[in-house]
Amino acid sequence: MTDSTNNKDKLPADLIQSGNSPFDKTLGETMRSQGVSRRSFLKFCAATASMMAMSPAMIPKIAHALENARRPSVIWLSFQECTGCTESLTRAHAPSIESLIFDSISLDYHHTLQAAAGHAAEEAREIAMEENFGKYLLVVDGSIPMDNPGYSTIAGISNYDMLMESAKGAAAIIAVGTCATYGGIPHADPNPTGAVSVGDLIKDKPIINVPGCPPIPVVITGVLSHFLTFGTIPELDHIGRPKVFYGQSIHDRCYRRPFYDKGLFAETFDDEGARKGWCLYKLGCKGPTTYNACATTKWNNGTSFPIESGHPCIGCSEPDFWDGGGFYKALSMPTVDVTKAAIYTAAGAAAAGVALGAMNRSKKNSAASAHADTTIDDLEKEK
Amino acid sequence: MSEAAIPVSGEIKFNIHIGDELTQNVKPLLHEIKHALGSLIENGETSIIDLRSIPLAPGEEDKILNTLGKGEVQAQLDSLGLSEINETQYAGVWVVTHYNDEGSIISRFIEITRMPEILSSQTEDIRAAYSSLTLDLDENQETNN
Amino acid sequence: MSEVEFLSWVRGPGFQIAIVIFIAGVIIRFAEILLLGRKTNLAEAKGSEMGGGLRTIVTRSIPDKSTFKRSTFTVIAGYIFHIGLFVTIFLFAPHILLFKDVIGLSWPSVPTAIVDAFAVISIIALLAILVHRMRDNVLKFITTKEDYVVWLLTILPLITGYMAFHRIGMTAPTLLAIHILSVELLLVAFPFTKLMHAFTLVLARWYNGAISGYRGVES
Repeated sequence: MTDSTNNKDKLPADLIQSGNSPFDKTLGETMRSQGVSRRSFLKFCAATASMMAMSPAMIPKIAHALENARRPSVIWLSFQECTGCTESLTRAHAPSIESLIFDSISLDYHHTLQAAAGHAAEEAREIAMEENFGKYLLVVDGSIPMDNPGYSTIAGISNYDMLMESAKGAAAIIAVGTCATYGGIPHADPNPTGAVSVGDLIKDKPIINVPGCPPIPVVITGVLSHFLTFGTIPELDHIGRPKVFYGQSIHDRCYRRPFYDKGLFAETFDDEGARKGWCLYKLGCKGPTTYNACATTKWNNGTSFPIESGHPCIGCSEPDFWDGGGFYKALSMPTVDVTKAAIYTAAGAAAAGVALGAMNRSKKNSAASAHADTTIDDLEKEK
Repeated sequence: MSEAAIPVSGEIKFNIHIGDELTQNVKPLLHEIKHALGSLIENGETSIIDLRSIPLAPGEEDKILNTLGKGEVQAQLDSLGLSEINETQYAGVWVVTHYNDEGSIISRFIEITRMPEILSSQTEDIRAAYSSLTLDLDENQETNN
Repeated sequence: MSEVEFLSWVRGPGFQIAIVIFIAGVIIRFAEILLLGRKTNLAEAKGSEMGGGLRTIVTRSIPDKSTFKRSTFTVIAGYIFHIGLFVTIFLFAPHILLFKDVIGLSWPSVPTAIVDAFAVISIIALLAILVHRMRDNVLKFITTKEDYVVWLLTILPLITGYMAFHRIGMTAPTLLAIHILSVELLLVAFPFTKLMHAFTLVLARWYNGAISGYRGVES
C-alpha cells in the first residue's frame, strides 16, 4: 500500500493529502482494527444494502467496496435549524449499527456533537478543510438567512460566509433536512430572515438534497453509505433528491392504498374508519404529492410512519410544504374559502344580469318603436 | 417531582383493528418464496428477499413469519447486537433478522439457500483466528516452560 | 416558482378567479336569456305549456329514432363521454370532497378502479368524435375554431386527471396542479362558449315542449 522509499521525507499532513499515508486506513482495516469481525461487517453491509434500498444481491459488491473505501473527512455545518436532523441521525443515547457508518467517517466538525468550542473548534475545521482540500464531504443542515447576516452566526462568522468558504474545497455537499434543501420553516411565509437553501447559493459543486422534517435517519446514512461505497453521488431527481429514496410517492407505497381505491376513508380522527385503518385522504393527507421513503423504510428502524400511526402525511420532504394549504385540507379541496366569494358573485351577477336584461329590453323596445311602417305605396314607389 | 402530580389509571388502549386482507402483498410474497425454492432445487440458485423493501401493514409481517413457521435450526449470532438465523418449517427457507444493541430490528431478510452466508465462518476471521491461536499457543509454551 | 407553490396557487387564487368568472358568466347569461321574454302568442291555448315543457326536459334525453338512424355514431359517442364525464367528475371521492368544501353537500363515491375505466372510455370516445368530425365533409365545414378549442378544454381535464392519478410523465405535485389548472380554464371558458349548453339545455328543451304543448301536440 505505501511506497516507503518515496515517502520518507514527506510530512504526515502531505501524506494524508496524497492518500498514501500509513495512517490512511481503508474502512475494512479500520473496522478490523476496532475488533469488528467479518460476520459483523457482513451484517453491516446487509443493513447498508437494506438502507440504500438495494437488492440483497448487491451485498457482496457493497462488502467489497466498503472493504476498500477510504475514510472521508466530513465537515458538518449547522445553520438556521432546530437540530432535529442531527437528532434524527444520531440516536446519541445508544450505539447502533448505523453508528458504525458514523464511525467509519471522520467527523471532523459538528456543532452539536463535538466537545471542542470556540477558537479551537474553528481552527480544527480550518485544518481539516486544508488537509483534505477537494476531498472532504460538506454536510449542511439549516437554512441560510440573507436579509441580515447577523441573524445567524457561528463564532462571529455569518452562515453565508461560512458556507461559501467551506464549500470551496468540498468534493460534494449533502444538504440535510428541508431547511437546507428548500428553505424549510424559516422560508415559510413571510420568511422574516430571508432564508434560502444551500442550492440557492452554491452552483458550482454537486449537491445532494436529503429533505424531510427531519429526514429518515437511514436515508441520511444511506446517502453517506452510497458515497463511501461508490465514491459517487447517487442518481438524483429534478430537485436534487436521490431517486433511490425519493423516487416514489408515499401514496404509491402506502399500505392503506387499497382503502383509497375502494373509496373507504376516515372522516375524522378516531371515527370508525380511522380505527379500521382506512385511508386518510379526507383528513388532508399529502401522500399523493410527497416523495419520500416513509412508507417502505419507515421510522425508528421500521416501526411505523405517520400514516400508520393514524396521522395524515404533511408532505415534509417537498419544498414549501408549510405553505401548502394546510395540513388538514385534502388535496382536492381549494385552499381558500370560495363559498363566500361565490355567493357575493352570484348576487352581483344576478343584479348585473337584471340590469343587462333591462338594457336589452329597452333596446328592443326602442328598435320596435323606431321601426317605420311600410305601406303598399312605399313598396310600389321603389318599383 | 411529586408523586401525586399525574394520576395514572389502567392501561392505554389503542383502537386499531388489523384487517384481514390489507396490502395484498402477503400471498404474492409467499409465492415468490415458493418460486425461489424451485430455483434452488433446479439449478442451486440462491435468493435473498429484503422484507423491508415491501410495504406491509401492521401485523402482515407477523402473518408471513407465522406461515413460514419454525424449523429445526435456530442459530444466534452475537456481534454488534443480536442476529437470529432460523430455518423455517420449509427446509431451504431461512429468516435472518438483525438487531442492534438496543434490540430493535434493523433489517430482516428471507434467504432461500442451503445455509445463509453469514452463518459460515468467514475467511478473514479464520485467518485472524489462526494468528491468534498461534500467539496464544506460543504464550502457553512460554509460561509452561 | 416551486411545484408546491404552483399547486397552492391553483388551489387558491386560481380557483377563486375561475369560480367568480364561471358563476358571474353563467348567471348573467341566464338572466339575459330569461329577460328576453317571448312574444305574446295571440292564438288560443289548446294544451298546457308548463306540462309539455317539463315533460320534454326529461323525454329529450332519449334520442328519437330518426336522429339515431341518421347520426348513430354521434349519438352513441356523445352519450358515452357525457356519462363518463358525470362519473369521473361527480362520483370520484376526491372530487366529492371538493364539492363538499364549496357547496356543503356530499354523496357516496364509486371505487377508483371504475372511475379510472370510465375516464379511459371517455377519452377514447372524445378522440373518436374529433376524428369523425374532421373526416365528415359536412361536419368539417360547419366546425368553427371555437369548437376545436372547446373540445380541447373538455378532454384536457380527463387526460391530465388520468395522468395525475397514475403519475405519468411528471412529478405528482406538478401533475395535480396542471389538472386543476385545466379545470379552471374550462370553468373560465364556460360562459363564453357553447359549453353553456349544460345549463341552457333545460331552457331549450322546456321551450320546445312548451310551444308544442301550447298547440296541443306531442313534442
